[in-house]
Amino acid sequence: MRIINFDHMAASPVLPEVVEEMLPYLTERYGNPSSIHSVGEQAEEAINDAREKTAALINANPSGVIFTSCGTESNNFALKGVMLANRAQGNHLITTGVEHFSIMHAVKALEKQGVEVTRLPVDKYGMVDPDDVETAITDRTVLISVMHANNEVGTIQPIGEIGKVARKHGIPFHTDAVATAGVIPVDVEAMSVDLLSMAANPFYGPKGVGALYVRKGVRIAPLLDGGIQENGLRAGTENVMGIVGMGKAAEIALREMQARIDHLMPLRDRLIRELPEAIEEVGLVGHPIRRLPGNVSVTVKYVEGESMLLFMDMEGIKIASGSACISRSLKVSHVMLAMGVDAATAQGSLLMTLGRDNTDEDVDDVVRVLPPIVRKLRDMSPLYKKSSKVKASA
Amino acid sequence: MYSEIVMEHFKNPRNVGEIENADGIGEVGNPACGDIMTFYIKVKNNVLEDVKFKTFGCGAAIAVSSMVSEMAKGKTLDEAMRISHRDVITALDGLPKKKHHCSNLGSDALHRAIEDYQAKLQGKMYEKPGDGPEVCECPVRDIEDPEEAPYCATVCERSSK
Repeated sequence: MRIINFDHMAASPVLPEVVEEMLPYLTERYGNPSSIHSVGEQAEEAINDAREKTAALINANPSGVIFTSCGTESNNFALKGVMLANRAQGNHLITTGVEHFSIMHAVKALEKQGVEVTRLPVDKYGMVDPDDVETAITDRTVLISVMHANNEVGTIQPIGEIGKVARKHGIPFHTDAVATAGVIPVDVEAMSVDLLSMAANPFYGPKGVGALYVRKGVRIAPLLDGGIQENGLRAGTENVMGIVGMGKAAEIALREMQARIDHLMPLRDRLIRELPEAIEEVGLVGHPIRRLPGNVSVTVKYVEGESMLLFMDMEGIKIASGSACISRSLKVSHVMLAMGVDAATAQGSLLMTLGRDNTDEDVDDVVRVLPPIVRKLRDMSPLYKKSSKVKASA
Repeated sequence: MYSEIVMEHFKNPRNVGEIENADGIGEVGNPACGDIMTFYIKVKNNVLEDVKFKTFGCGAAIAVSSMVSEMAKGKTLDEAMRISHRDVITALDGLPKKKHHCSNLGSDALHRAIEDYQAKLQGKMYEKPGDGPEVCECPVRDIEDPEEAPYCATVCERSSK
């Protein structure tokens, strides 16, 4: 059966050129960058090369790029590191209600240790208002953290405007750019960003490697104490192979970015247009324009996401959902609830994240395969008869 | 994630639909908790002559409903009232642990349909119990911090009042 991957946000295949670049670091180039001898030096050079390529992707100074094990570590490092290092200056953190779990739960952990938190609301598209950021600032605020784009609903935040507000008040500004770095243009100078989290897999690098950019002058404490790797900010022997892969993937992403966007957007827009034509009562979640190029997030009323997803899987189509039944916590996506989507509607969430391997034929297949699945499940649903006046036409 | 029996019932659910002029109707669940199940029964000589259901929910919820409908058909009312959550899980060759509470409501819906029938026999209106915490079992409900379980908590609190 033909497999259609519409779940790139969960996992993307690593590019063959990237794999090729990584493999020697498992065998002949096995060195530890901390070693003084030439085998170690070879590994150190490889890491510094990757650092330059990764920095170029976000228009940053390479010395500010610290490699980590994933986006989650980068987010934890930024929040906990800045709050800890700036205790004397203040104890207040501003964030939003739609962040990824790795921000949301790190914030909760900080709150339990006494950090004061303001969680900003979002509008129905999931957008934060920069004016709300400014209003929330107090003389105790030491960090503002707002994600660049939401992984679930695709909405791109006005990061440049929020960055200006933070800069005006002299407060460090962090953005979780895991969903955007290597996917759409990211520029830490233009966006006035002081700390930025990123991961390699969303731009076809390996899993298990990420980075945190920290602007020179920002006070931050390490998350891991130990040796003097990464300027003493991230101890532990480097994942040389992963870092090399991230660098190579960054180099290719920078070169191919516009072509990838030009390929994704028409596919995305076809799905957003054609799914509601093929199935009644399908709603788009997230911003219609300020949206990740490969993100299609919709709700299908009267049916539940997991059951749709399982039937799609049987047809070879891999997608995700923000339904409570899918999540390990059995909770409906906090992002959709924060946007005011009611819990019952959010149960019918379908999340499709497209990538460079997708084609028009894939879109054709999804638009053809999904309607009979929805019809079958609606015929089984007690909500459908109750709420809907119109029966689905055959 | 799911056993072969669960997937088989999910793909080909038995007894889907409604019974016109049903002798008893039972409903459990809440969309916020994930699943809603409605059971319809036809009773003849104290035996469940026909059982049908409609379900909104995940793969487990659909498979549970289908299995309960099969288990109940042909049984006496007393026998059907004794079908337990555990019996359904066993018949399905297991369910993932996180689905035990949320999705395993089929036997509850069946029991309510039988109670509805018995109440009608006695000329009373069957008073549907509120879907309080005893039914809306959100596994995260016990967490102290209400923000951990924003929706489940409010639903369970509201319905238990």
